[in-house]
Amino acid sequence: MKVPLRFLLPAIAFTALVVVFVVGLRQDPGRIQSPLIGKPAPAFANESLADPAWRVASADFAGRPWLLNVWATWCAGCREEHELLLAIARENRVPMVGLNWRDDRSLALRWLEQLGNPYLAVAFDPEGRTAIDWGVYGAPETFLIGTDGSVRQKHIGPMTRDIWEREFVPLLPVPAGEG
Amino acid sequence: MIPEIGHFALILALLLAIAQTLFGLGGAARRHAGWMAAGRSAVAGQFVFTALAFGALTWAFVQRDFSVLYVATNSNSELPLLYRIAAVWGGHEGSLLLWALALAGWSLAVTAFSRSLEAPFRSRVIGILGFISIGFLLFMIATSNPFQRLVPPAPDGNDLNPLLQDFALAVHPPILYLGYVGFAVAFSFACATLLEGRLDAGWARWTRPWTLAAWMFLTVGIALGSWWAYYELGWGGWWFWDPVENASFMPWLAGTALIHSLAVTEKRGLFKSWTLLLAVTAFSLSLLGTFLVRSGVLISVHAFATDPARGVFVLAFLATVVLGALLLYAWRAPRLKSAAGFEISSRESFLLFNNAFLVAALGLILLGTLYPLFMDALRLGKISVGPPYFELVFLVPMLPLLALLGVGMHAAWKRGTLAGKRRRLVLLALSALAAALVAGAAVYGELRPLTTIGFMLALWVIGSAILELVQRLRGRQALSGAVLGMVIAHFGLGLAALGITGVQSFRIEKDVALGVGETATIAGYDFRLAALRDVRGPNFVGVEADVLVAKDGRAVTTLRPQKRLYHSGGNPMTEAGIEVGAARDLFAALGEDLGQGRWSLRIQYKPLIRYIWLGALLIALGGGVAAFDRRYRRAAEARESAAATAGASG
Repeated sequence: MKVPLRFLLPAIAFTALVVVFVVGLRQDPGRIQSPLIGKPAPAFANESLADPAWRVASADFAGRPWLLNVWATWCAGCREEHELLLAIARENRVPMVGLNWRDDRSLALRWLEQLGNPYLAVAFDPEGRTAIDWGVYGAPETFLIGTDGSVRQKHIGPMTRDIWEREFVPLLPVPAGEG
Repeated sequence: MIPEIGHFALILALLLAIAQTLFGLGGAARRHAGWMAAGRSAVAGQFVFTALAFGALTWAFVQRDFSVLYVATNSNSELPLLYRIAAVWGGHEGSLLLWALALAGWSLAVTAFSRSLEAPFRSRVIGILGFISIGFLLFMIATSNPFQRLVPPAPDGNDLNPLLQDFALAVHPPILYLGYVGFAVAFSFACATLLEGRLDAGWARWTRPWTLAAWMFLTVGIALGSWWAYYELGWGGWWFWDPVENASFMPWLAGTALIHSLAVTEKRGLFKSWTLLLAVTAFSLSLLGTFLVRSGVLISVHAFATDPARGVFVLAFLATVVLGALLLYAWRAPRLKSAAGFEISSRESFLLFNNAFLVAALGLILLGTLYPLFMDALRLGKISVGPPYFELVFLVPMLPLLALLGVGMHAAWKRGTLAGKRRRLVLLALSALAAALVAGAAVYGELRPLTTIGFMLALWVIGSAILELVQRLRGRQALSGAVLGMVIAHFGLGLAALGITGVQSFRIEKDVALGVGETATIAGYDFRLAALRDVRGPNFVGVEADVLVAKDGRAVTTLRPQKRLYHSGGNPMTEAGIEVGAARDLFAALGEDLGQGRWSLRIQYKPLIRYIWLGALLIALGGGVAAFDRRYRRAAEARESAAATAGASG
């Protein structure tokens, strides 16, 4: 018996969906390259977390490399990487900007007060609009933006010392005095 | 001991579900009356043992048995009794058990109230329900045993997630699951119809009340979730387009399309294959939601468990059930033909538009929810899609849907004339427009195109529902449950649209820092932080503020928002202070202690927000009224007595 194609379409479409799910289940979310790498970093100008009257804009950091770290107080991975972020900030090699994502302002401020603040400035993104431009999929995520304003590197998930040394440090300018 | 009995009961339930499937389907295929009867008995047994397992788990929570891993993870000794019971479904394993229990309950109800169906058809429906039960029970026993012991036992438990310690959220999952799982009945009826290759539309009549009942529960469940998010998350938002919310909203959209399409199939014998496909789709989306939530494929703020083994299992089960049904559909549906025609302004064509718009919205929301996965699978990197996308793709099909709904309700079956109703409808549309303009200009002092359209469509739908009721009553036409339910549900939809338009257009939200005695003003309301005090609950300590609200110097109300710290640790929880009103809500949530007696406060003015949930409840009520239409019961009784007579004489 011949089955007309239009009656088979739902089954075909569903099979395609299952294939996508299988691929999705097998992939390690940390290993996906961002389509943003090599592209100009999406611009933003958000309220500052600390003071709604202030703006934190991507343009403020143009002309030098900088890090963008997406975090939130509800995110366990963010707590995990926080110590390392503080250590990286202390090394003072590259300024770190925070993007506080879908969070509560007061909780976020308390977090920084209690755990320490590694950020030069924190942009507040309660509805996640900036995060969408950056293709943020889950927190934490860390981006390195180069001198030319393009995204150089991206890491999904908590930062580790190993990943930092291997994937981020080589892309940083050599500090004066070492070269 | 009790947990082991629960575990054993679960295994027995699985065996009975297997028997239910084999005897149900096998008995129907071989026309073996004894096997079919055995299949029916297995349903009762499966329900009893699943309920026993559920009771055993509940008992472990009530008795604070922290030697059970799941109990120790999801409750602690200070948790009040109500929440210890709600904690049964507060985690992955227990909520699966609740799901299985709901499915067994629906199966039992279908078995009890389907005596009038032909025996083989009834038996097939039961067999297919049994197959779905097998999947869930096996999933639980293989990967998510709620009765897993903890050796040595924990001295005290971890506590239920404080976010879930709330009345609305305690009752939200059972109701939501009754809705989700209820679509399994429509699914089984559709599959049994396809299996038998039935050409008539009788199944639509049997399916309709079941689908309406499931849809009613789903509507209430979603409304409860939205209401909870509003007052408990401390944001004052009522819908976030979170993947988990979408997972419940997509089956709802499919279910809504299904109940409308079932009406056409039942009354006119049209759209037969389309209705079958929708019945399969609605339940498939329930399963898909389960997969998305439990596998961790989509990372969401409140995804349950991220265990790849569980993901693989649910995916395999989802693929088997859905693909099986869709292949069955591809094989059998081409034979179904709709002979009758209909004219362009008949009710059939309005319902066709209804289905087209609902399915369009559903497809776009599905696309948005799965978009990160597609990008991922195609190695395009991860990109997320947010509320602006969802708002747009939902709004675009919904506006014409509401506009056509007002006319469609008044259209006759088959015939293309609106039979003298045209003038009244034009008048109604013009009054709705005038009222929308007046509401925008006079009440809120602002005219925006989208707001005016929203108000106009909402009033148009409300007016149209009232007009339909008035005309039926005046014409002394009998008012059936189905028609009354339709009128109530559409009236509710209009109210919800009114609320959504109001709150999205005119809400005011402000974050302020206040010391005691200081005042902030929004929308003419002065919010004064009058006092702060410490409060103590059974398992938390916190701070409560008195926020005095006044308008033009006259006191309106006192809001008492709280910030709670649960003994079990974790983030502080926000309990918003809300003054409920017919025209607006006033909302205050405590933010953070800024030191020196100053607190950050989130104050909001939410016009008409109540109508969103009131509307949703009326929509559900309409579904309930229609489900209990006397016609279904009369028809069932008639068939039953006919069957009895035939049995006696034959």
